[in-house]
Amino acid sequence: MEKQIKLDHGSGGMASRRLVESLFLKYLKSPVLAGMQDSAVIGSVDGRMAFSTDSYVVDPIFFPGGSIGDLAVNGTVNDLAMSGAAPVCLSLSFILEEGFQLAQLEAILQDIARACGHAGLDIVTGDTKVVPRGKADKIFVNTSGIGQIPEGINISPSRIRQGDAILVSGSIANHGATILAERLGLDSNDVLTSDTCPLNHLAAAILETAPDAVHAMRDPTRGGLATALWELAESSGCCFEIEEEAIPVEPPVRAVCELTGIDPLYLANEGRCIVIAAREQASTIRELMRSVEQGSGATVIGRVTGNRAANVILSTRSGGSRLIEPLSGEPLPRIC
Amino acid sequence: MKYVDEFRNPRLVRAIACRLENAALNPVAIMEVCGTHTMSIFRHGLRELIPRQISLVSGPGCPVCVTPAGLIDACAEIAAVPGVIIASFGDMIRVPGAGTSLENARAAGADVRMVLSAVSALDIARQNPDRQVVFISVGFETTTPGTAAAVMQAHAENISNFSIVPCNRTMPAPLRLLMEEPGSAIQGLLCPGHVSVITGSSAFEFLPSEYGIACAIAGFEPADIMQGILSIVEQVENGNPHVENCYGRAVNPGGNPRARALAEEVFRPCDAWWRGLGLIKESGLALRRRYRSFDALQRFGIEPAPGNEPPGCLCGKILRGAATPVECPLFEKKCVPSSPVGPCMVSAEGTCAAWYRYGIGHNRIHQTDD
Amino acid sequence: MCLAIPVKVIETRGGTDALLDPPVAIVDAEGIRQEVRLDLVDRMPEPGDWLIVHAGFAINCLDPEEARKNLELMNEMAGQVGKAADIS
Repeated sequence: MEKQIKLDHGSGGMASRRLVESLFLKYLKSPVLAGMQDSAVIGSVDGRMAFSTDSYVVDPIFFPGGSIGDLAVNGTVNDLAMSGAAPVCLSLSFILEEGFQLAQLEAILQDIARACGHAGLDIVTGDTKVVPRGKADKIFVNTSGIGQIPEGINISPSRIRQGDAILVSGSIANHGATILAERLGLDSNDVLTSDTCPLNHLAAAILETAPDAVHAMRDPTRGGLATALWELAESSGCCFEIEEEAIPVEPPVRAVCELTGIDPLYLANEGRCIVIAAREQASTIRELMRSVEQGSGATVIGRVTGNRAANVILSTRSGGSRLIEPLSGEPLPRIC
Repeated sequence: MKYVDEFRNPRLVRAIACRLENAALNPVAIMEVCGTHTMSIFRHGLRELIPRQISLVSGPGCPVCVTPAGLIDACAEIAAVPGVIIASFGDMIRVPGAGTSLENARAAGADVRMVLSAVSALDIARQNPDRQVVFISVGFETTTPGTAAAVMQAHAENISNFSIVPCNRTMPAPLRLLMEEPGSAIQGLLCPGHVSVITGSSAFEFLPSEYGIACAIAGFEPADIMQGILSIVEQVENGNPHVENCYGRAVNPGGNPRARALAEEVFRPCDAWWRGLGLIKESGLALRRRYRSFDALQRFGIEPAPGNEPPGCLCGKILRGAATPVECPLFEKKCVPSSPVGPCMVSAEGTCAAWYRYGIGHNRIHQTDD
Repeated sequence: MCLAIPVKVIETRGGTDALLDPPVAIVDAEGIRQEVRLDLVDRMPEPGDWLIVHAGFAINCLDPEEARKNLELMNEMAGQVGKAADIS
């Protein structure tokens, strides 16, 4: 058995077929995929559909708590879930660098299969290309997904109203801090792990019980909580008031942020969501979120205070306040 | 986090703010000279807690913001030399020179890596013996000794593929310049806590004795900063300017002589350009003869363009509190956050960047027009 | 101008030669560990001591006694303010 990816593996010939049969189909068990047709033929979807795509280029490709494989599945599942859709199926495409270790590809496929299992869906179609060494960095992954929006679900920032409660599903910045610590060679000593996880069960739990009360959802990935809140405020035309004290940040995440001078509000999350919901049902929704493993840390962090100029005001832990702005450029460690 | 959280206690911060409210009877203009203070004041939203009669002016204490544009362009020029690896603190990577930035150089194919320490840059040199590794050495008194230690180590180990672009600056000279300028409105100075760890509190004694400036050395947590401001206001109100050390857990009067000795072993004072302030005597550092072979500018034969500031830039006055951004002809025209001209726009929390972002100037203009 | 934070010493190593084997400490902040250089501090710290670290170097040992005094002074202020508020 070969140990490394060669250009042949992406040629569409026998080497490609061998790779799919010996490796991909070993872990990805969908009968649709196993048919190896030009396109996946899936059953009909009733009502409105959600369709989303995302590409994953994270470096390092393996990190505490997951890999690029987990991110690729959870990222697209979460994008679907945040529009209220129940994910139905995913596509999966790889761009591999010549020389990439097959053992690493296998480990990533195992993560993909496991993440699909957790989310409860299948990969139904895929593609693999190989580029010459140096033309890509190890492995790039793209996933696209289709989801079905159940009858009666209507989630949109335009539904955000004065008085709404703003919740997050758990502690923030774990993923961003984990990747940052890995890149900078800080020894995280097993205290830091990525938060990557699927949010569809969490979304389903609240939408099944309180479909009308949920006005908007967003997973604060790149740009972090700050950027996601700012975007929601901007598109709703409302003002958000957030309590710094109420935002859960785990101590090791804080330590990485203090060491590098980076604000945790701007670090990526890969398994957290913001829920904006009617105030009267906020505690019900919080408990529903907590009833699901991925929402066990759910808490209210602020409220929508009206239709003044759209902005996000953070009341700081020390009693001050400041305006939250969207991220401009990737957060970089500072010495100043 | 121990020694951090205690000093963020909202009860303490509010109590000091309350004292400050009572103490500040008259308008007081205070410069927070250190960029990390500026960042902390912003992050913790402390401006909201400071009485209106106290105006805070951000000084020239962000090492990347005061690095002259010509020197940044020179760094980018070195980055473009085939085979070179640039190692830089993260702060420096996006800062624009006159023509380009390290970020642009990286986009054009240069190998620009982010490090947390000069020591990491030296490690990169050891791991890549066939490539030249150039560390962009920015920083004030706090940062320079570590860089000096790395240069001494490179010298001792004969690491010939390591060099630095010396952009280091020292604090007292520009402070003197700011205070001597006619029209300076500054009455108090929030002294940089971590520079003071190295220099000692005595380095700032000339400010009260020669210029009557009230000084407080402060740490960087909200209660530290509020206490420093309170000390300055009390000194001004009592007519008793001196240097008060409010950061005793880190700073002692004599500073850290060991760190200073390391810096002095490797560097000698030289005249240097500051973005927005011009050429300041004895405010920069050059490598001493023994270590001169580690100077990347010499190694690559690159002469930075002199730090001529574009005509019209008022950063020098704004830094002294003698002008506001809207008085500058470049503000919001040629000088915007995406292509900044002077240091007050380069720093995300600089006075001009903040005015641009929050439209402070416009509010004022409308108020006066009415 | 200089971001530096307090960290706790877990262990120290090296120091047999100032240049070829410089002294270092493994330090901890909430479980995040890193190696920092001790070239700039005037004594070899003990495990459990606190250092102020900037750009990979300890720039000083943190003085716990001074930190306590610092806080005491602030608490005193807070107490006075609290009392004043009670009276009014």
